[in-house]
Amino acid sequence: MTDNSTIIKLTAAEIAAKIASGELTAVQVTEAHLARIDAVDEKVHAFLHVDREGALAQARAVDAKKAAGEKLGPLAGVPLALKDIFTTKDMPTTVGSKILEGWIPPYDATLTKKLKAADVVILGKTNMDEFAMGSSTENSAYGPTGNPWDLTRIPGGSGGGSSAALASYEAPLAIGTDTGGSIRQPAAVTGTVGVKPTYGGVSRYGMVAFSSSLDQGGPCARTVLDAALLHEVIAGHDPMDSTSIDAPVPPVVEAARSGSVEGMRIGVVKQFAGEGYQAGVVQRFNESVELLKSLGATIVELDCPSFDLALSAYYLIAPSECSSNLARFDAMRYGLRVGDDGTRSAEDVTALTREAGFGDEVKRRVILGTYALSSGYYDAYYGSAQKVRTLITQDFERAFEQGSGVDVIVSPTTPTTAFSIGERADDPMAMYLADLCTIPTNLAGNSAMSLPCGLAPEDGLPVGLQIIAPAMKDDRLYKVGAAVEAAFVEKWGHPLLEEAPSL
Amino acid sequence: MPGITREEVAHLARLARLELKGEELDHFAGQLDDIIGAVARVSEVADQDVPPTSHPLPLTNVMRADEVRPSLTPEQALSGAPAQEQQRFKVPQILGED
Repeated sequence: MTDNSTIIKLTAAEIAAKIASGELTAVQVTEAHLARIDAVDEKVHAFLHVDREGALAQARAVDAKKAAGEKLGPLAGVPLALKDIFTTKDMPTTVGSKILEGWIPPYDATLTKKLKAADVVILGKTNMDEFAMGSSTENSAYGPTGNPWDLTRIPGGSGGGSSAALASYEAPLAIGTDTGGSIRQPAAVTGTVGVKPTYGGVSRYGMVAFSSSLDQGGPCARTVLDAALLHEVIAGHDPMDSTSIDAPVPPVVEAARSGSVEGMRIGVVKQFAGEGYQAGVVQRFNESVELLKSLGATIVELDCPSFDLALSAYYLIAPSECSSNLARFDAMRYGLRVGDDGTRSAEDVTALTREAGFGDEVKRRVILGTYALSSGYYDAYYGSAQKVRTLITQDFERAFEQGSGVDVIVSPTTPTTAFSIGERADDPMAMYLADLCTIPTNLAGNSAMSLPCGLAPEDGLPVGLQIIAPAMKDDRLYKVGAAVEAAFVEKWGHPLLEEAPSL
Repeated sequence: MPGITREEVAHLARLARLELKGEELDHFAGQLDDIIGAVARVSEVADQDVPPTSHPLPLTNVMRADEVRPSLTPEQALSGAPAQEQQRFKVPQILGED
């Protein structure tokens, strides 16, 4: 017999194996996680919606398949927490916004369909910064999420519900989306693993758009192998997304099963250091670099001068695209409508609805984007930001291909550990600095992972190591990540998350 | 680099169909001025002869076969409508009084 407290600490790979062997049923596994949600989510607030009946029905279907002797997929029966940005026709999809409160979409996102087809059990929808705009999940219209390491601190953002669900053992798998770091930064501050695939690697069909040229869905988990198993399920070409890559998914699972950095050239970018980096973060990062050397990698220092302009370019490009994308929230076809008293015009109703339905950060970015795209400022701001994007891509190309020829780049994922809820809530520029190291990858469209590399000595909170690979070489993230993870677990004697206080 | 005034924020909010309150205009004007001051650094490269990147993938005109396939029923399409009438989206008057 396996009791609930043991089940919730299993990895996704272990759960799938036990269901396939008959040691556990999918219903048992789902019930254990629902019980955990009942016990701790009042404190953590990772979920905006829990689909108890739907999850149990999905689990029963997996058990029926097993009983009928059908072959089960590699994640059949494994519970998952889905970021509330992907459409689900049987659950509300709010994107953390009042403007979509209670909206039940008439269709499933491609990613949702793929999860269902793989017999993954979707437990519910997780909390997030409104429209994925933020680095702390404090911008959710439905209240903040606590970091399971310290409930008074932020779980990162925008995917803080997904990272908190993993770190509090409410689910072994989760889905995030990463426009400027919203998968990797939450993973870093909660001691979990998160991957931003190559742009176009995972379909955006049915993913509510924030900044279309940057947005990318991806896997979140507690181990590198689990992230790879989920990556393989959700990735692949989708004719419903014109930016979806029509090429085979990189061999991520194979890479996660054969972790090694022996003989690799690994880059360290000199621009990812200096003012604003917490001492404990720098210490753990430097130790990670030493570890990579001891595992047989050669470290190469890289100069990527354009990275210094990445944050500025991002906060022009992302708001510009958001101001355009969010024009669809006009109070006409779905979502909130305010002030329709029979005398007001459609335009007035739209403006009143957007005023009532959007939170502060969304309004700030819509205005900023409208400014950057307006005539007279377009060339200086948006046009220059697009040039910076080219220069950043060229910096990566020089690092990966010409000259330096590194296989991957490593950096801290985020300059500090989890900050306190409220600390940066009304200081946008301070909040934006959380994405300093993650943004260049979004602008260039390549792939990156964050995984835990220790606790900062000064506050005992998790530090994330970021691994960056070229576009379509996502498998390298897993090859390096698996090697680093194995070495750290051996050194610590257990996964980092075991050191988190019990809730 | 020019900053941004409260009046400009009010004008941009109108363009963006946001009926901002007076205190929001005060609050956002200061914050947006700080943000624009910080991001204006990108204009350092304005004179450089660099092609712009609008998208990470060099894709143009992605097509799929023009085939009939299942789509939403009228009920599904209208399921989220704030108001509907005769199987149509019901909207406020398009032209205002003036």
